[in-house]
Amino acid sequence: MTIMKPLRQVGIVSYGAYIPRYRLPAQEINRIWHGNAGLLPVKAKAVPGPDEDTITMSIEAARNALRRAQVDPSELRAVWIGSESHPYAVKPSSTIVAEAIGATPQTLAGDWEFACKAGTEALQAAIALVGSGMAHYALAIGMDTAQGRPGDALEYTAAAGGAAYIVGPGEESLALLEGSFSFVTNTPDFWRRPYQHYPQHGGRFTGQPAYFRHSREAAQHLMEELGYKPEDFAYVVFHQPNVRFPTRVAKELGFRPEQVQPGLLSPEIGNAYAGSSLVGLSAVLDIAQPGQRILQVSFGSGAGSDAFCWLITERINERQNLAPKTRDYIARRREIDYGLYVRYRGKLLMH
Amino acid sequence: MDISAYWRTRKQRLSLTGEICPHCGAKLFPPRDICPHCGKPARTPYHFSGRGTVYSFSIVYNPPEGFEPFVPYVVALVKLEEGSLITAQLTDVEPECVYIGMPVEMVTRKMREEDEDGLVIYNYKFRPVLQPTSL
Ligand SMILES: [Zn+2]
Repeated sequence: MTIMKPLRQVGIVSYGAYIPRYRLPAQEINRIWHGNAGLLPVKAKAVPGPDEDTITMSIEAARNALRRAQVDPSELRAVWIGSESHPYAVKPSSTIVAEAIGATPQTLAGDWEFACKAGTEALQAAIALVGSGMAHYALAIGMDTAQGRPGDALEYTAAAGGAAYIVGPGEESLALLEGSFSFVTNTPDFWRRPYQHYPQHGGRFTGQPAYFRHSREAAQHLMEELGYKPEDFAYVVFHQPNVRFPTRVAKELGFRPEQVQPGLLSPEIGNAYAGSSLVGLSAVLDIAQPGQRILQVSFGSGAGSDAFCWLITERINERQNLAPKTRDYIARRREIDYGLYVRYRGKLLMH
Repeated sequence: MDISAYWRTRKQRLSLTGEICPHCGAKLFPPRDICPHCGKPARTPYHFSGRGTVYSFSIVYNPPEGFEPFVPYVVALVKLEEGSLITAQLTDVEPECVYIGMPVEMVTRKMREEDEDGLVIYNYKFRPVLQPTSL
């Protein structure tokens, strides 16, 4: 057996999303850098306000998860945050978030790093911590405020957002873990060296050998081992670096558009990096019904994918309305122009 | 900001934790250990809901040092639903949209950054209450 599953039944007890309020329309970037001649990979991307970062966004997502769980924050035995935009190079984001939500001092806290897979890596670890019996509850967050180099293709999509998940015992869960699978190779498709503000990427190389291979392998292995076919899932959520990649990999694997659409947020918010598949999953959990099955597949450059199979339980309906939904944050939008974007994101160098 | 002062006030700054007076039930923010209503010791932590309304406000165009990134911004007196009146920055709102009586909720945000190599100071702010979408 290559799939992973703890000896004890575990699942998602609660979840909370966060997406910032500002949107930069892709057309604005096209106007500034490409003479209106570019192909737009998304409609707009979510941009954090000048007082937001991965820490503040994680705090709000975590508070939403706690509200939905109605769990005492002091019962969380881990606060783990996956991101590639931690505000400090040295000083954990997780201690600040843990303090703000009331989880300190009897808890683990740590920041995880694996490009866009950091959030689901934290989720896998939270599953293991609860599954081993070391913890009753663990909090895993994927959150990012991604930056693309001005004028680069990534600038269209590098966005902000994410979600927080409280993992706990199966009997308290709104979604049971049926199994997970991780697929990792050394693939240099995207990187950022120390002290560099913007990442570099391998252009077309980010497609087939990186995103498609890892997403496909992780999804296929998990489905085969569990004996499921695409039609056994109500929803599928992939990592969303744009609209084309997740749409294409889903189609290649045999999923229908109606299984993909509810969790496909990239057209409206862009690529939330470490938060991408997690906030896609939260949008699906907002509307899921007992008995439905969800396939979630993350992807992180470098490269790897984590695939999870979730089975929705009877507890879903009592918790869906206890906190703001993912779509509430998507609907809360104020468009900004490129000038305000440059100011908010600190892209101006004063000489 | 002095590191020790920031550390001592972290719970009130990050999560709006004040105190409740065990003698008369008054809820205190910021925490001050002595109840201003009955004069007795009040050291029991109390977690405020973070919901309130704008009592009064002013738009800041000439900010103190460190607040330049947010100009123009609104500083408001917020009446918390527990009764306390506190001063806080509003966020996620254009100044022209703020009005007296506006329902607001607490969020934890960056208040300022101390130089390139200094601390990032996080603090409570208030924003218009998030509106649910009707699906
Ligand atoms: Zn008193």
